[in-house]
Amino acid sequence: MPAEVKKLKESNRPAGRKHGGTALSFVFLTILGLFMIFPIYLTVVMAVKPVEELFVFPPKLYAMRPTLDNFRDMFAAVRQNRVPFSRYVFNSVFVTVSVTAVQCIFASMAAFVLAKYRFPGSRMINGVIVTSLLYQSSVIYIMQYMVMAKLHIIDSPLALILPAAASPLGVFLMRQSISQMPDAMIDAAKVDGAGLFRICWQIVIPNQKPALMTLMIFAFQAAWNIQGSGVIFREQYKTLPAAVAQVASSGMARAGVAMAASVFMLIPPAVVFILAQRYVIETMAHSGIRD
Amino acid sequence: MRKKSELRKTFREIRKNKACYAMLAPFMILFIMFTVIPVAMSLPIGFTDFNMVQKPEFVGLSNFRTLFLSDKIFMSSIRVTIVFALLTGPVSYVLCFLIAWLINGMPRYLRTIFTLIFYIPSLAAVYTVWQLIFSGDMNGYLNSFLIDLGVINAPAQWLTDGRYVLGVTIVVQLWISLGAGFLALRAGFQNIDPVLYEAGAIEGIRNKWQELIYIVIPSMTPQLMFAAVMQIVSSFTAGTVAQNLVGFPSTDYKAHTVMTHAYDYGWERYEMGYASAICMILFIIMFFLSRLIAKGLKKIAG
Repeated sequence: MPAEVKKLKESNRPAGRKHGGTALSFVFLTILGLFMIFPIYLTVVMAVKPVEELFVFPPKLYAMRPTLDNFRDMFAAVRQNRVPFSRYVFNSVFVTVSVTAVQCIFASMAAFVLAKYRFPGSRMINGVIVTSLLYQSSVIYIMQYMVMAKLHIIDSPLALILPAAASPLGVFLMRQSISQMPDAMIDAAKVDGAGLFRICWQIVIPNQKPALMTLMIFAFQAAWNIQGSGVIFREQYKTLPAAVAQVASSGMARAGVAMAASVFMLIPPAVVFILAQRYVIETMAHSGIRD
Repeated sequence: MRKKSELRKTFREIRKNKACYAMLAPFMILFIMFTVIPVAMSLPIGFTDFNMVQKPEFVGLSNFRTLFLSDKIFMSSIRVTIVFALLTGPVSYVLCFLIAWLINGMPRYLRTIFTLIFYIPSLAAVYTVWQLIFSGDMNGYLNSFLIDLGVINAPAQWLTDGRYVLGVTIVVQLWISLGAGFLALRAGFQNIDPVLYEAGAIEGIRNKWQELIYIVIPSMTPQLMFAAVMQIVSSFTAGTVAQNLVGFPSTDYKAHTVMTHAYDYGWERYEMGYASAICMILFIIMFFLSRLIAKGLKKIAG
């Protein structure tokens, strides 16, 4: 092997890169990483700062006497809304679990047939789904509102769950991943006389664990952050992010409480992401748009 | 005659694939209701005067005439959105790419940690902490830091001074912008076959730069496209960050984006026709931009 080739080969093995380059990129990533993580760090610090330390000048980057008072106050603060804090937590958990479950099931079924079968309209549907990736954001909230008003689901949990459950992103990622699966596996099941539904659940989905985990993470993350402003008016249906926004908007004196609420919001998706990162990267490798 | 038999063939095909449609149905029903209909509806409603209570009344191009000829705030919101999108979109895209590339060169355990660090800000809406950093009194972290350094001698009103609000919003938007697109690129790098690098070396590729142009970008075109779409969506439809951070409306409408404008008319004033017209313009811009990027990437990939 010529020296040049050997050198380049080594430089591209992720673990065995030449030390100079790796060290330099490590320093760069660390500096940039500190900038990224600093606000998160500050959130945690502010969450455990006692109220009297909030007004110390100059502001300190650490808490002198850390306390959990803010977390206690957070429960008390929202309780004044006549709805107990646990209600918001329950609502968020309920919405998150429903959205994630419905999205994973529906998206897997749709993605499977779109990836592996040709039928009248399949190409058009694929195209519409890719295009709609552009429109899945807040741009359509206003028009969605009109649809929901027609369906009479405004101010009910369905207004939070149904729109989020049909994310084109989920189907798109799942389809990309399933289309990498060898057809032979599916054909074998077909010979055994299994229907589409059974093939999907017994052959395809067990094989798509990484994609399913990715779908779950994105669905979880999106659902966990649903605020529902504009479609939910009754206090007992509001979610945790809505409650957090209410606390956060009440000024500097409540800053500690607002930060405690942020920490509370951040932990569940962070834990889920840490546990499933490996699967996500595996799936996102197939996420590309070919056209 | 021929047309008829073709039609019959299609029908037969449809009947044969009944099961496929059944599998698609649950998703498609929700998808059509909450994505296709809303997008399609914005077109006709954009030409009406509609307040959600009375029946929509057809007004022709009047909404668009008002938008472009007399709505000064809309024109300024277009300017804000373009400045905002031009600064956050490409910068964040390049950052996603660069960071994903550098992370890919790290040992395994560091890759996991760095990916988490860069992805964490986009996990949940936790940017309220920036309000404390940019707080306008001496207690704001940035103010106290700059005063300490002697750069400024009185606290700056980062969140209310018209000169700063757009900049502040851009910084925070960049901070939360390493989302799904970043993960896609991160995965794309990991997925490149090492054999390609060897082949490249034999064919005379000498440095990292050439490697990037001749090997990495061509083999990552699909992921690059996906990340571009994600980036376009988030940079053009941003508005929530600004609303929560610098207030609604922001000082002198300096951080008032097209999206915020649509929100203003849709949800504050219930002028749905006007709001739909605003959204339609945004859709059109986004659609053509994504086409443009697709073409550009195809050219690069050869």
